[in-house]
Amino acid sequence: MAIGLTHYLVIGGILFTLGLFIVLTRRNAISILMGVELILNSANINYVAFSHFSSGNVEGQIYAIFVIMLAAAEAAIGLAIVLSIFQIFHTIDVEAAETLKE
Amino acid sequence: MDLTNLESLKYFYPEIILSGTVLLLVILDLVIQNKRVLAPFAALGCLLSLGATLQLYGTSEGWLFHRMVVLDNFSLFFKVVSLLAVLLVIWMSVGCHEIRQIYQGEYYTVLLASTLGMFFMASSTNLLMAYLSLELVSLTSYILTGSLHHNRRSSEAALKYLIYGGVASGSMIYGMSWIFGMTGSLDYAVIREVLHQGEANRLTLFMAFLFILSGFGYKAVFVPFHMWSPDVYEGAPTPITAFLSVGSNAAGVAIMIRFFFPAVSHLGEGGNWDFIPGVEWPHFLLMVSMVTMTLGNLCALGQQNVKRLLAYSGIAHAGYILMGLVVLNNIGLRAMLFYIVVYLIMNLGAFLVVIIVSNATGREDIEAYRGLAWRGAAVPATCMAIFLFSLAGLPPLAGFVGKFFLFAAVIKGEFYFLAVVAIINSVISLYYYALIVKTMFLDFPEPTDQEVAMTPTVFPLLLILAIPTVFFGIYWGPLFHYTNQSLGFFIK
Repeated sequence: MAIGLTHYLVIGGILFTLGLFIVLTRRNAISILMGVELILNSANINYVAFSHFSSGNVEGQIYAIFVIMLAAAEAAIGLAIVLSIFQIFHTIDVEAAETLKE
Repeated sequence: MDLTNLESLKYFYPEIILSGTVLLLVILDLVIQNKRVLAPFAALGCLLSLGATLQLYGTSEGWLFHRMVVLDNFSLFFKVVSLLAVLLVIWMSVGCHEIRQIYQGEYYTVLLASTLGMFFMASSTNLLMAYLSLELVSLTSYILTGSLHHNRRSSEAALKYLIYGGVASGSMIYGMSWIFGMTGSLDYAVIREVLHQGEANRLTLFMAFLFILSGFGYKAVFVPFHMWSPDVYEGAPTPITAFLSVGSNAAGVAIMIRFFFPAVSHLGEGGNWDFIPGVEWPHFLLMVSMVTMTLGNLCALGQQNVKRLLAYSGIAHAGYILMGLVVLNNIGLRAMLFYIVVYLIMNLGAFLVVIIVSNATGREDIEAYRGLAWRGAAVPATCMAIFLFSLAGLPPLAGFVGKFFLFAAVIKGEFYFLAVVAIINSVISLYYYALIVKTMFLDFPEPTDQEVAMTPTVFPLLLILAIPTVFFGIYWGPLFHYTNQSLGFFIK
């Protein structure tokens, strides 16, 4: 059986769901950031697959490169914020670091 | 016209000037000891950029940089709005004690970079550019939110903002990838043509729009993507809260109009837009609009922290603004643009009074406003009453005129139920706005309440914001004319 567009899209969908699941269930801030990365990469897989199989141009692959770059920027800022959370609260558990409430 | 990179540059001065100011600020911050000059320098850069933007009116319209961004009246309008917002916020920051603890150079650099992102959000005509501009605004907003040193609320707000923002923009590009798959292009003009040929699966298209709305809706603060807003508004430094509530909200609305109108709808006769047939999108937006304004107003009722209360009121106002989108015609869009300008003025004014009170007392809860008018702050208290009544939509203030145009558009579009819900919501909102006014004027101060003195830097700004709020409520003709002119899209 040849590997086609559908296989890639299914992988993308699974990755997206896993990423969302991690973000919703994990309490560790760094795990949550990793979940966000999974969501971004699921979109990347879609772009590259669509670009290869259906659109016939490289726009999708260029998009994926930009997403990778922005994911790095976001991770840098995210880790800086997590570090500042750790300095103040001495934990990176997002539920323990909760002072803003209704 | 469709310009190449070099030809585009002469229509690109506002962005070039702003980018240059950002870079010069970084260098100035390194060489200059007296950090006080940085704020006027940043303001000067914004003023020059504003001048360049105004110069571009009436020159020409077209795609720039190989159809990456577009130059038309709509994008120019949002450039003017973002620049006005950032100029007023810079002025507010100078008079705010909270901001003095932050590294001045970094603060103004990141603030202007965020404005640059807003420029592109309003003018991008390519899915890649839309994502990049949205992320530029998001990333800079995370930094600004968390910029207070060793402050629990600020860091926590930044973390929450980052997580919600990451998921929302991740979902958005996932949805965009489906659009790309269905149309084979990232360019808005091509997307519109392919989608209107009617071969795309309706259900897939609806799901893709839903994912994309998560990204836009998170910027413009629509339910159910609003959860970050109360925490972030409370934790961020107050000028940044003000900036996010008007600037980033307006940019979110801009990118949304740009995508859902010129990119996927056809402009029909008499200013009516035809959405893709078979996709029940407008009715979905109608639901979102009603839920957003109702939830925002109901949650605002019990709030004790004024910044948090204004956050919920901001959610409610996002719901009002969304009403103009539901009717799918130019009347609604014009009403939205008008309301955005009015909301910018009155909301910045309300946050300015929050800064004045928090400068004097260090507090942001409603109790700090007890008898404010009798504690040497009669002018700020009066101005606050004007801003709050304008937010509630009472005549003869600007907020009333803005709401009137929105309601008129909805009633003309025969969405009577939506109009009734919106009017009930306005009545609910009057309660919590009037509660603050009552606390300021009718309650008498306790002996422990400090005097609230005003610094000379904020007094002119207070008048600059209060006078238009009254003025546009009485004589709105010029502003209405301007926003009508601003609704010009370059389509082909």
